[in-house]
Amino acid sequence: MDALGNLGQGFASALSLANLGWALLGCFLGTAVGVLPGIGPALTIALLLPITFQVSATGAFILFCGVFYGAMYGGSTTSILLNTPGESGSIITALEGAKMAQNGRAGPALATAAVGSFVAGMVGTLGITFLGPVVVELALKLGPAEYCSLMVLCFVTVSAVLGASALRGLTSLFFGLMLGLVGIDLQTGQPRLTFGIPELLDGVNVVLVAVALFAVGETLFLAWRWHEAKAEVRPIGRLMLSREDWKRSFAPWLRGAALGFPFGVMPAGGTEMPTMLSYYTERKLVKPEHRHEFGTTGAIEGVAGPEAANNAAAAGILVPMLTLGLPTSATAAIMLSAFQSYGIQPGPLLFTQQADLVWTLIASLFIANVMLVLLNLPLVGLWARILTIPPPLLYAGILVFATIGTYGISNSLTDLVLLYGLGVVAMFMRRFDFPTAPVVIGMILGPMAEQAMRQALTISQGDWSTFVTRPVSLAILVLAALALVGPRLFAKRSGAA
Amino acid sequence: MRAPSSAPDLAVGIFVLLLGALGIWQAAAIPVSPIYAQVGPTVVPYAVGAGLLLLGLLLTGSALRGGWSHDLPEVAEAAPANWRALALLGAGLLVNLALIDWLGFVIAATAQFVLIAAAFSSKRPLRDLVVGVLVTLAAYEFFGRVLGVNIGAGVLEGIL
Repeated sequence: MDALGNLGQGFASALSLANLGWALLGCFLGTAVGVLPGIGPALTIALLLPITFQVSATGAFILFCGVFYGAMYGGSTTSILLNTPGESGSIITALEGAKMAQNGRAGPALATAAVGSFVAGMVGTLGITFLGPVVVELALKLGPAEYCSLMVLCFVTVSAVLGASALRGLTSLFFGLMLGLVGIDLQTGQPRLTFGIPELLDGVNVVLVAVALFAVGETLFLAWRWHEAKAEVRPIGRLMLSREDWKRSFAPWLRGAALGFPFGVMPAGGTEMPTMLSYYTERKLVKPEHRHEFGTTGAIEGVAGPEAANNAAAAGILVPMLTLGLPTSATAAIMLSAFQSYGIQPGPLLFTQQADLVWTLIASLFIANVMLVLLNLPLVGLWARILTIPPPLLYAGILVFATIGTYGISNSLTDLVLLYGLGVVAMFMRRFDFPTAPVVIGMILGPMAEQAMRQALTISQGDWSTFVTRPVSLAILVLAALALVGPRLFAKRSGAA
Repeated sequence: MRAPSSAPDLAVGIFVLLLGALGIWQAAAIPVSPIYAQVGPTVVPYAVGAGLLLLGLLLTGSALRGGWSHDLPEVAEAAPANWRALALLGAGLLVNLALIDWLGFVIAATAQFVLIAAAFSSKRPLRDLVVGVLVTLAAYEFFGRVLGVNIGAGVLEGIL
């Protein structure tokens, strides 16, 4: 097996002291930001982007992926002990997990979440190992026209299929596309949408937008609706899983992983949908004698399944990111911009031109998983203590880091004004239920889609029909149209029935 | 009980319309270079502007038909707006803007820290001040040393 040989080499370089150090730092930071409500992996990686000027690409990506995986582990701790999800993939975990904690079963809930995350993380990473090269094989056959169509499909799924409203999702996406246009056009050198401001010639910085959306906007929104309430952190108790807990958790872990991974791989992105599906599946499949625990004392199946699903989905998201250069979540989009800052073109060529980097990274994912389960089980008390940071200090600290992350880019006041301005926009987006992830994805993927489109049209000598006469491109566009219109038709029919 | 107003939603629709108009206006302002290209630099900006106009129209239409946001549980069950917190937070951001070029990062960010903590109803300004200085100094050191980001030394950083 080629993949195994490559993976072996990957392990050899991932086990170097420096790379292990980056993985450990990433896991540690990731768990911490996962635990803290209000900070997620996307924001953290955005703030860490300057590291790309200092550290080798391999080290930086091991760090980023550690943060990404770690946040998935940490999020469950907050959901269970505080009944407030630490990040979006853990919303469902709070349903049963918090109930278990109320009934003195926080320990088993945390343990099943951590072990389930481990199982699913391993399954998902194995999935990357073997699926990645296959996708690359297929992707190498795609031309610019197909790529452009693929990105259109990605736009539709991240904005219109997920979320409450296609209209609002698409509005967010187009706002992101507009932000992505700002700056000098790479092909003709013309300034676009710069309003004559010289600072905008280089474009709007990704870090700035991510920080504005995920830190400033969130904090402003929280302040707007602020009222003092004492959140209660539940005691952990004994972390042991009893024999019965193991038996009840095992199948949900595997089912959750099996549900989560494909969802991550498909350009539908997000961890919310698979966790929700896993929750309903477990509720249906639970043994009759435990059914009454759902929604009352808390059922362990309802924690084990969704927690496995969100970790497997997180691993799945890395497949299109590494093989096609397509980000399907805000975090992946920011990692993609890190590739760009190294001058590495993400896409199918990554596996051949940067084979060392890719396989070291995949090996590190296995290592990170082991580190995370070790960090999260014995040290869960430490993470729980993070939750006792008083909210005023937490939010003040978040904004200090947001400011430094932005001001550090260019020491320019213009950037700070833009940061706070976009933060106010993001606050209103929260108020009116516009999703924020499509903004980041549109901003990063938009210029890539435009470039692919213009390449395709140059090849076809300006003939727009190239997008529908090439069969693969046409098939992808039809899929995109179905994804846009399909759910609405379906909803209407079932509404009429 | 009076029916919830959809005026805020209408404002959002109009805002998106204006954004689309802004996009079209800026697309029209792009100088088209004599360099030959199959697709010029203006095609995508026009498309994005037009898309935003269309979405703005649809959002406005949805607002006129009663709006969407008052049905959201998050809005319907939200606590009343806390203008004091928002004003203090805004003041924190403005203070930072005013001071950062003049007195340097640590002082500006500490002032921001204390004001934001006060916004989230902290009653211990002295503790906030101490924590603020420590956090900003740590952040300054971390970004400066580890990430190699120059944040521009100010009064306090110069002394230390």
